[in-house]
Amino acid sequence: MKRLRALLIAAAAVALTAGASDPSERLPDQAQEARARTLFKEVRCLVCQNESIDDSEAQLAGDLRQIVREQVKAGSSDAQIRDFLVERYGEFVLLKPRFSMGNAVLWLAPVVVLLVGGVLMAGLLRRRETPEPALSQDEEARVRRLLEGD
Amino acid sequence: MIVELGAFALILSLMLSVAQTGLSAVGGARRSPVLAGAGQGAAIATFVALLVSFAALIYAFVTSDFSVTNVATNSHTDKPMLYKVAGAWGSHEGSMLLWCVVLTGFGAAMAVFGDSLPPRLRAYAIAVQGALGVMFLAYTVLASNPLARLLEAPIEGKSLNPLLQDWALAFHPPFLYIGYVGFSVVYSLSMAALIEGRIDAAWARWIRPWTLAAWSMLTVGITLGAFWAYYELGWGGWWFWDPVENASFMPWLIGAALLHSAIVTERRGALPGWTAFLALAAYTFSMLGAFLVRSGVLTSVHAFAVDPTRGVLLLIMMGVAAGAGFLLFGLRAPSLNRGGQFRPISRESAIVLNNILLSTATAVVLLGTLYPLIREAMDGEAVSVGAPFFNLTFTPLMILAFAVLPAGPLLAWKRGDAKGVARKLWVVLALAALLGLIAYAVVQPRKALASGGLVVGFWLIGGALLEIAERLKLARAPFAESLRRARGLPRGAWGTTLAHAGLGVFVLGASFETAWRVEAAQALSLNGSQPLGAYTVTLTDVVTIEGPNYLAERGIITVTNKAGAEVCRAQPERRFYPTGAQTTSEVAICAKGLDDIYVVMGERRAGEGGKPAWLVRAYVNPWVRLIFLGPLLMAIGGIVSLSDRRVRLGVGRRTGEVVS
Repeated sequence: MKRLRALLIAAAAVALTAGASDPSERLPDQAQEARARTLFKEVRCLVCQNESIDDSEAQLAGDLRQIVREQVKAGSSDAQIRDFLVERYGEFVLLKPRFSMGNAVLWLAPVVVLLVGGVLMAGLLRRRETPEPALSQDEEARVRRLLEGD
Repeated sequence: MIVELGAFALILSLMLSVAQTGLSAVGGARRSPVLAGAGQGAAIATFVALLVSFAALIYAFVTSDFSVTNVATNSHTDKPMLYKVAGAWGSHEGSMLLWCVVLTGFGAAMAVFGDSLPPRLRAYAIAVQGALGVMFLAYTVLASNPLARLLEAPIEGKSLNPLLQDWALAFHPPFLYIGYVGFSVVYSLSMAALIEGRIDAAWARWIRPWTLAAWSMLTVGITLGAFWAYYELGWGGWWFWDPVENASFMPWLIGAALLHSAIVTERRGALPGWTAFLALAAYTFSMLGAFLVRSGVLTSVHAFAVDPTRGVLLLIMMGVAAGAGFLLFGLRAPSLNRGGQFRPISRESAIVLNNILLSTATAVVLLGTLYPLIREAMDGEAVSVGAPFFNLTFTPLMILAFAVLPAGPLLAWKRGDAKGVARKLWVVLALAALLGLIAYAVVQPRKALASGGLVVGFWLIGGALLEIAERLKLARAPFAESLRRARGLPRGAWGTTLAHAGLGVFVLGASFETAWRVEAAQALSLNGSQPLGAYTVTLTDVVTIEGPNYLAERGIITVTNKAGAEVCRAQPERRFYPTGAQTTSEVAICAKGLDDIYVVMGERRAGEGGKPAWLVRAYVNPWVRLIFLGPLLMAIGGIVSLSDRRVRLGVGRRTGEVVS
């Protein structure tokens, strides 16, 4: 039993925070807390493997959450908070890349691909509008032979 | 000894697949039944040899033979038996061997069940399948041999990552790989048909059963993975738009597009080029998935076995297969027949629209997944593309697709009757809107967007039911007549209805769960409680337990309803695995109808007055079961279609289908 207890204490030391829902981190104002939680989903936990700070239990995610919560409390707008984070940690910190010239390809591609698809479909339908040429007498005879032979 | 036999069988299967390729190719080119038959024999022998090899690997895991490198790094004597067996495909080497087993298995299946194929096409397809086998087997033998021995065997193994010791994940890779690699048959049949220059209705009929089987298995595999993430990762999410998830999702999307376009090619002879393109793309995306997951070029929560040098090899293999495929396609495409004509309002058009939307969605997922690499190569800037991007781009595309979906099966081929279809569908639309409005009015807090999601879900389910009702002439003809029609209806029609309704079920679950889940988290001391929506969560007791290969703190947590009656006793655990010093959380889930009460045990901390307290997180995930039930229905729909006589026999005979 002693060994068990010692190991469990060791385990507790490995564990860090409980993610964004940890009650010790929460803001007292519910509206502010809700805003912070929405923002968390857009911020990457930089040391994790593709997790937002809303999900992550890592120490660094906890630090980032604290920064965001403090800024929300101080009355910064969402855009200001994003700018602040980008200035500090680079674009990598945002899970939703910003609408910028550098990211134009990313944001415009879906629309462009859809448009190309639409144009191709329109072309396909227009081509179909032209009636197929009627069969020549020779061909009709061949069709008859084939059908009868079947 | 058994391990050496397995290693020998692995090399033998590589030699046999070289023979399979050569014999079948020459047999096809010379129209020699003898050579082609020998190629078929080689295909079966390859598979048998590889089965021996795979069995040897499982044997090494079961007996904990730590002189095998792969066993030493991925297993442990304390591990439960199921996970010892599953360990055989849990590592990179083992999973590539599984890939080869499935790949050669499909080659053997073509040799055994392919009698309805024209001999020449069959020989070429088996040759192409053999060539794919040669590549992957050579890779396995030379760069990732799962049966390699260690010079000095350790006393104990390093064990499998505890997160992976889970039943859903034990079965996840086999389903996923049958799905991924199932598209290899579609690829091989397409290559064979392109070599012969004949992409036509008959070809579309031959690829259909393989596409259906692969797509259905992939659906099951992805759903198992999502279910695992839901209850194992411990925050109740089930889809993260993670690169590894996207890697499996892209072939699924393309597979879905292919299923539909192949119907057009089969029934109407139209879109042969496009269908062939998708057929090649499906397996290309499968290989891209293997590359993305196994190379580690993208950081991900699921990549457990990564190696950059192997990544380069996988990339080369993908380049060779895709390059050969699309080169041949480029050469043959101009000469392909254009097929039957159709009007803008027709079932063909609806399916073309479906294909445009699914392909665009695939392109979005592909770009979003690779964009961080592209940007880094372009200007060195590190960026992230995560869930918020995909929610904003992928979801609208799908909503567009869902909006038109119910009309598709109701439209006639060639020239549809828009007004007639609208007359039938407006009732469904009105009903779906009404249900959405009720949800908006009743469910608190009020959420317009999620209520809209529910409308889409009901619209899909209603549309699917209406379609089958139309085919049965339900309520319009005497009941006996409907019953007779139900018996005569091809299984494919039932499959379509199931799959489309399953999609609706999924949309309902996803909308409801995402919008209305309730969360509560507090540090509770013994007998402390916290409110969770309509329930109260009380920490009744905490016990320490010793598992087979872990130690755990187990919380006994009582959930009561408003009246004070106990609705469930949850026993979540916080586990510590001494081997590897890893802590994991074992979630407790109480199913309440379609909802889940989801309880997570957190770490111990000092509570009020120095008493110990434990962080208890609890969620009510409403309708979450539908998220997993929906895709399951879709997979069942695929399998029901697969059992359709027309598909099974590979013949185009119409068997008593009721023409509406």
